[in-house]
Amino acid sequence: MQITKQTKANLDIFQRRKITYTLVFLVLIAVFAGASLVSEFNLLDGVASFPAAMQWIISNLIPDAEAIERIPKILSELMETALVSVAVTVVAAVLAFFFSLLGSNITRVNRVVKRVVRIVAAFFRNVPDVVWAMLLMFSFGQNILTGFFALFFTTFGLLTRAFIETIDEVSSGCVEALDATGANFLQKVFQGILPSSMPGVITWVLYMIETNIRSSTLIGILTATGIGYLFDLYYKRLDFASASLVVLSIVVLVLVIETVSNKVRKVIL
Amino acid sequence: MNETVAIPAGKPSEPGRGEREAVERNIVRTHSGKIKIKGRNRSQTAITALCLVLLGITAVAFATFDTGSIDFGQAVLDTLHNIRTVFLEPELVRDTVGGVLYQLLVTFCLGILSTIIGAVLAFFCSLLCARNIAHPACVNAVKSVVAVVRAVPTVLWVLIFAVSAGLGSVAAVVGLTFHSFAYLTKAYAESIEEMDPGVIEALRANGASYWQIVCQAIVPTTITSMIAWTFMRFEINFANAVAMGAAAGAGGIGFNLFMAGSFYFDLHEMGMLTYIVVIAVVLLEMLSTKIKAKVR
Repeated sequence: MQITKQTKANLDIFQRRKITYTLVFLVLIAVFAGASLVSEFNLLDGVASFPAAMQWIISNLIPDAEAIERIPKILSELMETALVSVAVTVVAAVLAFFFSLLGSNITRVNRVVKRVVRIVAAFFRNVPDVVWAMLLMFSFGQNILTGFFALFFTTFGLLTRAFIETIDEVSSGCVEALDATGANFLQKVFQGILPSSMPGVITWVLYMIETNIRSSTLIGILTATGIGYLFDLYYKRLDFASASLVVLSIVVLVLVIETVSNKVRKVIL
Repeated sequence: MNETVAIPAGKPSEPGRGEREAVERNIVRTHSGKIKIKGRNRSQTAITALCLVLLGITAVAFATFDTGSIDFGQAVLDTLHNIRTVFLEPELVRDTVGGVLYQLLVTFCLGILSTIIGAVLAFFCSLLCARNIAHPACVNAVKSVVAVVRAVPTVLWVLIFAVSAGLGSVAAVVGLTFHSFAYLTKAYAESIEEMDPGVIEALRANGASYWQIVCQAIVPTTITSMIAWTFMRFEINFANAVAMGAAAGAGGIGFNLFMAGSFYFDLHEMGMLTYIVVIAVVLLEMLSTKIKAKVR
């Protein structure tokens, strides 16, 4: 009696699952069709473009003589992009850390300041970096600082939110303990919060460096600076061999940074 | 972490001599005889070293920046003035509200399409590169390919596909899909790897087929974290779709932004468009937080 009951219940689970899967599948297809209609996207065209693009990649992967001549130029731009990404992330991280102290539940000055900090962070995070880039283009022109500040604003907003979460997650116990010993604000920050949230902070900083290298390509295309500009230049001249060399160099840089940060993360976590 | 010296708690009454000596031995003292309260361990050294390296690179970066002949003070003042124009005096001149909202919908759809295609592909690919269910050689091969795909910036994927498909929504969606596919594959594979190995083992012992294991064990246990990752990716894809419109002419509100900013030099218009994008992103973020809280 009991066995049949259980089997029946199990069957129900399987049937219910099947129905759920089918429903989800149908809804996804409907959404997909609707979205394709609005954005004039055609899945077949997308699939059809795939072989041609692959062929393009393969045929341009091996640099020709002209592209090899450009290696020093590409490397110097790549170096600059890497330096900008690290510098932006470090400066933004230092500022965001102190800013996030005001926005964290544990160390906040008062409720109003906390709200303001979170709104400011959300603002910087959500205004697209494209907007910052174009805005700064007007005043800084075709300059390395345009890219620097464009990346800076979004990084600052993102890191502030991330650090607030890290601090809230990690530090409540040690801050309570330090409070009990009568530590002042600075002592709490430097003896309690900073050491305990450091692994989380470092993980975020490494992630942002990687992201910023990728975003700086985009910003470079818009503001005509750095490695993005170089790609755009070769691309528009239809010098695809050099353009793909630029892509390759970015891939290598990102992979190197990813490997290093994975190693570091393994040690510190 | 700070390593404090462990002093046995509890009754202070008459510790045995041996016990006291054991405690003494564990105490590390500095030259002046003070008790050291901070221990050095590998993780702390690594953190310090990394911070120094990063600060060093930053210093080098600032030293080598070629800022040209720019009047920094004037540029900052101009920037502040422009920021004020953009954010405090927004207005729509060239576009109608309806038109802009439609473009926003187009961007939204580009984000949805690339997320759906990316998620479906990533799901099957993650089955091939989760350590607990796939062959080790297969895992390594797939993971390396995915890492390379992820390393190429989205805008470059879009431009590469624009060569064969032409600038437009097809190149945008396929280009955006590449990066989200690689990102989601990694995320999904990690959630599958975190699964309780007992579940899969139990089904295997029952003689369940591969797809039975996938449908009855893997999907039900990882679906919550997969949904959370997918929504996170959707937010990113929406932001990326805006950027692609601007940088790669892929249509949507990003293209309006680009035209206002780089073609008409109309800061007021740019401000209004920015506000619309920001409001959309914030709404998405709230929705995604709600959904994540619900599925958890």
